[in-house]
Amino acid sequence: MIHFVLLISRQGKVRLTKWYSPYSQKERSKVIRELSSEILSRGPKLCNFVEWRGFKVVYKRYASLYFCICNDQDDNELETLSIIHHYVETLDRYFGSVCELDLIFNFHKAYFILDEILLAGEMQETSKRTTLRLIAAQEELLEAAKEEASSLSSIIAQATK
Amino acid sequence: MEQLKTIGRELAMGSQGGFGQSKEFLDLVKSIGEARSKAEEDRIVLREIETLKRRLLEPDIPKRKMKEYIIRLLYVEMLGHDASFGYIHAVKMTHDDALPLKRTGYLAVTLFLSDDHDLIILIVNTIQKDLRSDNYLVVCAALNAVCKLINDETIPAVLPQVVELLGHSKEAVRKKAVMALHRFYQKSPGAVSHLVSNFRKRLCDNDPGVMGASLCPLFDLVTIDAKSYKDLVSSFVSILKQVAERRLPKSYDYHQMPAPFIQVKLLKILALLGSGDKQASESMYTVLGDIIRKSDSSTNIGNAVLYECICCVASIHPNPKLLESAADVIAKFLKSDSHNLKYMGIDALGRLIKLSPQIAEQHQLAVIDCLEDPDDTLKRKTFELLYKMTKSSNVEVIVDRMVDYMISISDDHYKTYIASRCVELAEQFAPSNHWFIQTMNKVFEHAGDLVNIKVAHNLMRLIAEGFGEDDDATDSQLRSSAVESYLRIIGEPKLPSMFLQVICWVLGEYGTADGKHSASYISGKLCDIAEAYSNDETVKAYAISALMKIYAFEVAAGRKVDMLPECQSFIEELLASHSTDLQQRAYELQAVVGLDAQAVQAILPRDTRCEEIEVDKDLSFLNGYVDQAIEKGAQPYIAEDERNGMGNVSNLRSQDQHESIQHGLRFEAYELPKPPMQSKVDPVSSTDVVPVPEALSYRETHPISSVGSTSEAGSSELKLRLDGVQKKWGRPTYSTPTSSTTNSPSEKPANGASHVDSATASYSKSRDSQNTKKTEIDPEKQKLAASLFGGSSQPERRSSTGHKASRSSGGAADGSRGSKAVEKTIQQPPPPDLLDFSDEPTVTSALPSVDPFKQLEGLLDSSMSSTTNHNAGTATIAPDIMSLYGDSTASQDSLDIFHGLSTEPTGATSGETTVTTLPQSVKGPNAKDALEKDALVRQMGVNPTSQNPNLFRDLLG
Repeated sequence: MIHFVLLISRQGKVRLTKWYSPYSQKERSKVIRELSSEILSRGPKLCNFVEWRGFKVVYKRYASLYFCICNDQDDNELETLSIIHHYVETLDRYFGSVCELDLIFNFHKAYFILDEILLAGEMQETSKRTTLRLIAAQEELLEAAKEEASSLSSIIAQATK
Repeated sequence: MEQLKTIGRELAMGSQGGFGQSKEFLDLVKSIGEARSKAEEDRIVLREIETLKRRLLEPDIPKRKMKEYIIRLLYVEMLGHDASFGYIHAVKMTHDDALPLKRTGYLAVTLFLSDDHDLIILIVNTIQKDLRSDNYLVVCAALNAVCKLINDETIPAVLPQVVELLGHSKEAVRKKAVMALHRFYQKSPGAVSHLVSNFRKRLCDNDPGVMGASLCPLFDLVTIDAKSYKDLVSSFVSILKQVAERRLPKSYDYHQMPAPFIQVKLLKILALLGSGDKQASESMYTVLGDIIRKSDSSTNIGNAVLYECICCVASIHPNPKLLESAADVIAKFLKSDSHNLKYMGIDALGRLIKLSPQIAEQHQLAVIDCLEDPDDTLKRKTFELLYKMTKSSNVEVIVDRMVDYMISISDDHYKTYIASRCVELAEQFAPSNHWFIQTMNKVFEHAGDLVNIKVAHNLMRLIAEGFGEDDDATDSQLRSSAVESYLRIIGEPKLPSMFLQVICWVLGEYGTADGKHSASYISGKLCDIAEAYSNDETVKAYAISALMKIYAFEVAAGRKVDMLPECQSFIEELLASHSTDLQQRAYELQAVVGLDAQAVQAILPRDTRCEEIEVDKDLSFLNGYVDQAIEKGAQPYIAEDERNGMGNVSNLRSQDQHESIQHGLRFEAYELPKPPMQSKVDPVSSTDVVPVPEALSYRETHPISSVGSTSEAGSSELKLRLDGVQKKWGRPTYSTPTSSTTNSPSEKPANGASHVDSATASYSKSRDSQNTKKTEIDPEKQKLAASLFGGSSQPERRSSTGHKASRSSGGAADGSRGSKAVEKTIQQPPPPDLLDFSDEPTVTSALPSVDPFKQLEGLLDSSMSSTTNHNAGTATIAPDIMSLYGDSTASQDSLDIFHGLSTEPTGATSGETTVTTLPQSVKGPNAKDALEKDALVRQMGVNPTSQNPNLFRDLLG
């Protein structure tokens, strides 16, 4: 089972955190502090796994972002690595050449996509297409709401002229 | 009117703004992005918290605005600050009818709240309503929240609806319902145990996504009780077969592998079901063989499947052919250049080694390479493997390596772990006493306070006893070498307390034994220790006991005790100590030093800790004294149990008596006393002893013996210094220094029955068992010497059996290096590493990622071209990928900006024509869009080059 997902920038800044097991706010900051110092200091040629407090943390660097997933000891690390990659590819398709900035300003969207891939600490959907279709369906509603809002705003604009 | 205008502006801004957020939020993100220190970041966030608190108090906040506030709260919380003041607003937002808001609300509550939060109760109702919604997206959002927020108390409130949703027409809903039910099962198995059959049903779902999701709960269920799922073996096998034959829709392919995540899950389940079940295992052989053959070992995911196959093969009933192909895969892993694959290879080797020990032999050089790798993770994994394959023949090499590594790390968690592993292996396989002591010294010196106290006691016992060989010369040699090594070590600063205790004990016992060192030299050293660690009472207690032994030996030998002034002051200090234990030890020492040689000889005989001590449990030598006292009108002794009105169990005593010799302490009551005399209580008489004919003398047993140190209990010297320390073991009347000093020696003549001290007996028993164990190991040694490292640990002796020479032992190492070099050259060229295509600037590395995009069917058509272009680009601009890992220089930055700026997929299509001719500037055609985006961002004040030049870089670049 996956215990948490972390996105950390190379400067150690938190970009996204998702906790599937209960951690108090204090524990969370401790975990982030410990792991970011451990992971960021690792060289590029080393393996992408870190054993930590009886768990296994699998991380991968994309540009300046580190994607980390904390797993149980007996989980398959290469699979976890692929889950990370799968998530990044999904993000990439959604944003179209995703960059860190997209995630900074649209981190809630990154959350929505993550929620469609992982649920309750397990992989719930392995098809990118299905994931994105569901996200798109939700966005459509969002678009509709936006259109409504902008038409409303033009009405208001006219009314206030 | 004014307010309406503001709303209008905000709405307009919201719909046209580049990132869909207000200026305020962008400013916040920007300023945090530019914060130079954690403190500065904290200041900014705290300011933001103040702002948000104020804003949230405003009346009639427009919903869009509220949504943004919630997102800002998320941001605050994500950065590790408390946003609890705004939780209620997130809860309120889940009540909203509009899906975008509801979705944001649910997202926020799942991130904010744990399942035991008080606010959950306010959400349950909404969730119930949403689970009934006609809009499947609303149901999905609610199910997401259910997975996170529902605890065992609230499960009944939503359970019926979740079960109903298992049959929903939309597969997305069914899938999430399966996951939610799985979550319920994890949290409260009892509440949903009657529903687990639903998971079986969903296994047959038409939608592969739902089927895949149902594998998660089924895996858990099979883990707990494999027997009741044996009937599903054929279903799992046939599903796996279908998946491997690409019967699933293309969209489940991942890097050209057919639904690999589902394959991995299925393999995990099959491993459990096939374990120890020949029949079930046989039905899996074909499909496993097929998958191993078909899996693409050039991708990450392909290797993940292969690894899972190995785990499965190692777990089920063994099949030689499969084991062989598994071994081939492991060989491929270990020979790979990728650290990830090496790691997996080592792990897989550890799994397979139980079934076929010979495969380790082929890979010993690869294993040694991993052991010497600078990568800690890999190293630790390798130690794990070595631990599994340690034998008496290779223990020296392995433990030495472990100790060296243990010394080099600072992580206490792992240090403790590896120290206990070292001790375990050393105790189990130690080839010689000397080696054992040296190893233990190292472990103690560097991780002393992290190891179990039992280990220290074992070490002391070993030094006292040797390994049980009846060779006094070797034993005394061993002791002298221990003393020498400790005298050397005590100069080091900051030794762990437990190690010092061992040192003090050994110096006290054997410091002067071989006559090499004078008593004053040793006692001076002991005082140095006590002084240097003056705030550690245990060490001081050990030191003073050691001093007492040294002086006692001197007195017994008829030499005059010449106490050093520092010892004198040390003893004086302890005489006035707050600790009664230390005080008593000091007084005892004084008393012993004052006695004549013969008495001292009797109290503290030299070199007797291994001898069995005769205990006069009857204390018959006191009979006369007691009778006298009773005659004078003293009250007879009443056992403590009697005094407390406990029942009479004395008739059991006689049967129990011989048992008590074998076991440790006995706690049965004393014999029923005579009825108390009617005479008035004499204050003195209460301390007198009444003959209690069969009562055990608990005094004789050292307190520590109860926690497992048998050797200490057996030594008469140790008994003395703990007299009166832990009074709960003995009758309070005994705890005076005088009684303790006269106690054991005077018994010997008086006692005819010669009861063996139970602790000593049990010790010698354990020693015997150790001896027999030793002899058992020997033939095994011979046999295993041939396996990995077996010969290498002692190549000079076992070169005929040893397969390859160890690099750690002298000249033989050269040979091994030579053969290693040969293997290296065979390995060349290394298999192309296609796993981490950002790791290597090889052209091939980007290729596998191209294909999945080709498979895109319909969705995001325009983005397809952009991503393929982009991949083609990376394949050719190798140096650019390289720059991911270096700090980008300014010149790169300008290029970087063009990289990955195109969030507009349409931009890429326009550039397609140029791509074919100009792959170098694949992002160039997007420059217009990119520049626009860049300009927009800069307008907002985000300056990527200043802090993070990679901000605009494609993550997949």
